[in-house]
Amino acid sequence: MPHVLVAYTDDEPGVLNRVASLFRRRAFNIHSLTVGPTEKAGVSRMTIVVDTDDQGAARAQSNLEKLLNVQKVENLSIRPSVVRDLVLLRVAAESTVRPEIIQLAQSFRATVVDIATNSLVLECTGSAGKIDALLDVMKPYGILEMGRTGVVAMARGADFFGAQSACTATEALAVNFQ
Amino acid sequence: MEMSGAHIIWECLTREGVSTVFGYPGGAVLNLYDALLDFPAMHHVLARHEQGACHMADGYARASGQVGVVIATSGPGATNLVTGLATAMLDSVPLVAITGQVRSQLIGTDAFQEVDVTGITLPITKHNYLVQRAEDIVPVLREAFALAATGRPGAVLVDITTDAQKAKTEFDWEGHVPHRHLRHLPPRPDPGQLQQALKLIKAAKRPIILAGRGIDLSGARQEVLAFAEKTSTPIAMTLLALGVIPASHRLNLGMMGMHGEAWTNQAIQESDLLLAFGMRFDDRVTGDLKTYAPHAKKIHIEIDASEIHKNVKVDAPILGDLRETLRVLLPQVKTKDHSDWLEHVAALRGNVNADAILEDHGSLQAPQVIHELWKGTDGKATVVTDVGQHQMWEAQYYKHDEQKSLITSGGLGTMGFALPAAIGAKLACPEKEVWVIAGDGGFQMNMQELMTLVQEGIKVNIAIINNGYLGMVRQWQELFYKSRYAATPMLNPDFVKLAAAFGIPGRVVTARSEVADAITEARGTKGPFLLEFQVEQETSVYPMVPAGASLHNMLRRETAEPAQIGTRT
Repeated sequence: MPHVLVAYTDDEPGVLNRVASLFRRRAFNIHSLTVGPTEKAGVSRMTIVVDTDDQGAARAQSNLEKLLNVQKVENLSIRPSVVRDLVLLRVAAESTVRPEIIQLAQSFRATVVDIATNSLVLECTGSAGKIDALLDVMKPYGILEMGRTGVVAMARGADFFGAQSACTATEALAVNFQ
Repeated sequence: MEMSGAHIIWECLTREGVSTVFGYPGGAVLNLYDALLDFPAMHHVLARHEQGACHMADGYARASGQVGVVIATSGPGATNLVTGLATAMLDSVPLVAITGQVRSQLIGTDAFQEVDVTGITLPITKHNYLVQRAEDIVPVLREAFALAATGRPGAVLVDITTDAQKAKTEFDWEGHVPHRHLRHLPPRPDPGQLQQALKLIKAAKRPIILAGRGIDLSGARQEVLAFAEKTSTPIAMTLLALGVIPASHRLNLGMMGMHGEAWTNQAIQESDLLLAFGMRFDDRVTGDLKTYAPHAKKIHIEIDASEIHKNVKVDAPILGDLRETLRVLLPQVKTKDHSDWLEHVAALRGNVNADAILEDHGSLQAPQVIHELWKGTDGKATVVTDVGQHQMWEAQYYKHDEQKSLITSGGLGTMGFALPAAIGAKLACPEKEVWVIAGDGGFQMNMQELMTLVQEGIKVNIAIINNGYLGMVRQWQELFYKSRYAATPMLNPDFVKLAAAFGIPGRVVTARSEVADAITEARGTKGPFLLEFQVEQETSVYPMVPAGASLHNMLRRETAEPAQIGTRT
């Protein structure tokens, strides 16, 4: 079952390699992994979807937290969260079926971002489940090309997460031990 | 003050309290070695192979409890450290490796002696660094030392380019206090988890402590003994915990696991509460997990969160430093009397005669050698073993009472470890009597370090247990591969003549009656001394839990009849 982990890491060369190497070494299967900046300079955010059970996710989290460059890890699978994936999809679309495809796309809130004579490109954002459903619907028309970003995720609610809190915890710990 | 990167490295080492380093020079560390001459207080030990240097730093760290330091050049120098780093990492030994790297403009070009050592060592270090600017040396080295020694200790590698060693920069020590290593230190033990543990301890009728190396690393020997005595709980030990709990302590059941005593393993299987103190339920300790301690609740006190629930699901996981945790637990634990349980365990022991093999049956047996060594050194030597049968016999028959008195490669099981690690241990503790015990196979993996021993002018005694086989592999072939001895019979050099070429005196021992005298001679000789014990060739280590079998399904010792102890071929 997919688990979503968010890791706040130092923005340094080689950190992605360390994280990827850890998952390989501990025999975890990565579904998707995305990296990007956060609201705080010097901190990167990795969203990792790993196919494992609850214990496996806990093990992945505790192993990630052993890496020096990892400041904090949140397991978003155990709390309400927003999980989004983006897909670009080139679908075969002769003029006869084009209106049908566009109509279907609209019900997924997918937008048409390119039209050629016999194909079109759709862009769709949503949960992995929604995108999988869109793919199912488009399959009969012929999917010519597909690119997915992998998910980014964030917890819902008033609890304050994010890179800011990750570093605050670190500094608090540092003060305790010095 | 402005200094070269190379001088900064030595200055950092000095300030970290390092007085001895182990290494091997080469093109990419010429600057570093040139600067060494400006630090006359630094003792550099020239190994004969970088692997040897790495095991020396490891032995130094295990014997002293301080961070060991090894230096190697780029390329082959760096790759030769790999086995040593993995050995240290698996056994939680604090180690800092400094390697030279080609100058930064050449990185990525496959330059002469260039290798991606940070890439290679990534899975076998706690962390590693590539340093390309002299300004980065102080922050990186300070963090490396802090990281190697805190939390669960381990190996850290720092790869420094030649231009960073050569460039001059301002030396700023105070401005670079490390802090990132504090990120993942465990918090104080969780009160809820402590309460759960106390409840289990209160309810237990047949508890057992599983003692691991974490006790030594956290300095918790006194606390563990106090806990055991207050709650009348027997203690079983991992290989790396031997000596951490005195062998002579009345509650000590000795080693558990694959070659542990049968009564010890049986007690674990019958126990209703396991208290795992700084150990990690290695497969050599548990046997088949499905049948492991089926009646027992489990409390696991561990500093490394990733070890909790890894192999064995536990009922009360306590994340924290062992000593600190026990100090909180101890006053809250009620005094218990488990004399029924202790008597039961003693009865399990009753029908085993582990000492039968020690009697003279006309052939020389390895356990007899270990036993005589134990007697001859009053049990007070620091013994450094290699890996294989002799290692298990050492664990069974040398009764260690002192912490850090057994130095052995547990997790990785590295042959060739003993001689170099013993050199490191002796340099760390010159006042200690240090013995190498190695098999004929493992000894030949790093025997070049005999010359290092001589060049350092230190006394380390060497006992080679020569059975003419790669004995442990032969034993598995005998038991599980129908005695098809593929590539295990070994032709050996004349070890005494070999030692003589290094300027080390030696003696061959072939009879039980000569053992004690030979040990006395070795101890009485001023410098190092090599003893070659030509022992019975096809004796196996018992008892034994076959790999993957249940802990209580042990192959037991053969009877004491001479003909059955082992037949010489």
